[in-house]
Amino acid sequence: MSTASVPLPGWISYGVIPLLNLILAFFFSGLVVWAIGENPFEALKFLIEGALGRGDAIGFTLFYATSFIFTGLSVAVAFHAGLFNIGSEGQAYVGGLGAALVALSLDHYVPWYVTMPFAVIGAAIFGAAWAFIPAWLQAKRGSHIVITTIMFNFIGAALMVYLLVNVFIVPGKMAPETRTFLAGGQLPKLDWLMALFGLKLGPAPFNVSFIIALVMCYLVWLLIWRTKLGYEMRTLGISPTAAVYAGIPYVRTVIIAMLISGGLAGMMSLNAVMGASARLQVEFVAGAGFVGIAVSLMGRSHPVGIIFAAILFGILYQGGADLSFEMPNITRDMIVVIQGLVIFFAGALEYMLRPAMVRLYQTARGK
Amino acid sequence: MKKTLLSLLAVAAMSTTALAAEIKPALVYGTGGKFDKSFNEAAYTGAEAYKKETGTEYRDFEPTSDTQGEQAIRNFASRGYNPVIAVSFAWTSAMEKVAAEFPETKFVIVDSVVDLPNVRSVVYNEAEGSYLVGLLAGMASKTGKVGFVGGMDIPLIRKFGCGYVQGAKSVKADMQVFQNMVGTTGAAWNDPVRAGELTKNQIDQGADVVYAAAGASGLGVLQTAADNKKLSIGVDSNQNHVHPGSVLTSMVKRVDLAVYNAYKDTAADKFTAGVQSNGIKDGGVVAAIDENNKSLITPEMQTAVDKAKADIIAGTVKVHDYMTDNSCPM
Repeated sequence: MSTASVPLPGWISYGVIPLLNLILAFFFSGLVVWAIGENPFEALKFLIEGALGRGDAIGFTLFYATSFIFTGLSVAVAFHAGLFNIGSEGQAYVGGLGAALVALSLDHYVPWYVTMPFAVIGAAIFGAAWAFIPAWLQAKRGSHIVITTIMFNFIGAALMVYLLVNVFIVPGKMAPETRTFLAGGQLPKLDWLMALFGLKLGPAPFNVSFIIALVMCYLVWLLIWRTKLGYEMRTLGISPTAAVYAGIPYVRTVIIAMLISGGLAGMMSLNAVMGASARLQVEFVAGAGFVGIAVSLMGRSHPVGIIFAAILFGILYQGGADLSFEMPNITRDMIVVIQGLVIFFAGALEYMLRPAMVRLYQTARGK
Repeated sequence: MKKTLLSLLAVAAMSTTALAAEIKPALVYGTGGKFDKSFNEAAYTGAEAYKKETGTEYRDFEPTSDTQGEQAIRNFASRGYNPVIAVSFAWTSAMEKVAAEFPETKFVIVDSVVDLPNVRSVVYNEAEGSYLVGLLAGMASKTGKVGFVGGMDIPLIRKFGCGYVQGAKSVKADMQVFQNMVGTTGAAWNDPVRAGELTKNQIDQGADVVYAAAGASGLGVLQTAADNKKLSIGVDSNQNHVHPGSVLTSMVKRVDLAVYNAYKDTAADKFTAGVQSNGIKDGGVVAAIDENNKSLITPEMQTAVDKAKADIIAGTVKVHDYMTDNSCPM
């Protein structure tokens, strides 16, 4: 009997195995650190302390995690419908345009909590719009979604640079970015939340969009596992031919799944544009869309898994920056290696340890 | 007696180390990275020069994103590093925030202006420097066609391009200038292959001198020009040595001097805040001529450059700066 088909209890598949994968990843990262002549335990200490040691460190970690939750959800929703949305990066970038337009037009007149719902809608609509053409091409013409979404990342980048350089730029300023939003266009920081735990947020840009991200996690769970549409999407994801045979409309389901996916990616911009920098900048997404793919993979496309995976990547981003700051020998390229090892072990090799675990589990149960 | 002498010596030794350690300089690069053979590397060279001269150690950091840049500047400041230098306009808003939080620390920003009492803003007149290399390109061109390959399509790079066109057209009004940008994302600073392809395309259209203002991508321009036996122009650092005999000249921005001077001024307690604008007059932008490209610069070209320099300093030649009105008259 193949060990792959043996069911394992949830605490092993979702708890023990990912943890072992993570330990393996850190073990190999440690070897790399050791090979360049630094102490791996000290490096690990810097990484953990830099990500979780102080109030502002936790704030930065959660700030990065917020972005990754949005993009992770975006990839996961499309993935449930059997679509690889590689375009979260571009959808988030264009979504930033929606958020910025709302913030720029409302911030003079209303407080932030009035701006926020419109900004959420604006970001989602612009992100979804950017996913629409690839979705339509996939559904109607069979153009592969991986190829078209990657291409749309570049078209999105070109569009945004054009707009920022020619339309939104503040004359005489060097950086291509919009004007700074007033308080009415900014999402406030969650310092009160940190204060509940006796922590000081300091300068970290941890903001209200974290709560929006958690709400979206719940809504995505509801959509995928508790609605008819979610059922149709999952069926399509498992077997498109069976889904069509069962009467599930292929074109409609693909397009709606991609619109939701694009909308979630677009909302990532709330965190970066309205929460952190209070202006729309060139390249503000900074790879979060691609990290979302890893987050979704590691989180097994489940919202709870995505939250944990996003926090793990937040730790790697924030702790990694701190590590290379404390140990100049560990360059930023080394941090990318460590992140790569984590993706490799925790995402790509998820089934490597499974057969051994199944055998262990069966022996333990005396079978 | 011997003992007192020894202790005196010890005190003297300690006080000298105390003097040397008086400044704890730090340097934050742009996201292009430290060894781009161009802009960031110029800053590194300046810091290294100061270290060699005084023995003062410095710390540096290469951020990968905007958030990290702000964190790095703040980390240095909060750990007592002084002065803290950030090269690249990308750190403008970060600098505005952090410099206000640490009024006792001296900050320097290169390529942008931050109006705070503890910040020195070092900017360069790239239009003037590009005018000079454009003039040289125009004189060196036999076909009457020259090229420009920029990095990312942002105002700063258009400023380079605009100055270059003005310089080239000052030689011959009907000079044809091809302009291409490598891309629209940050990857455009580090894509020598695409930059090389654009150069090849411009050469095929007849350009025989190509100016690269594209960070590390520029190396692709220099390489392609050398492979096709054409001329190229380097940027930011002196790149004449990269392909001797093929690199016509380099438009050097003396970022190294900005870093070096900031450290030196702070150590001597002579740090001044405010805008420091470096044009041709202050030697902040230079068309590099050294032993690697001497054979390419004819006496007439040398005279013409010297005259253009004098004219710009005297104000009889005005080089239009793209950034002032976001347009180029050419």
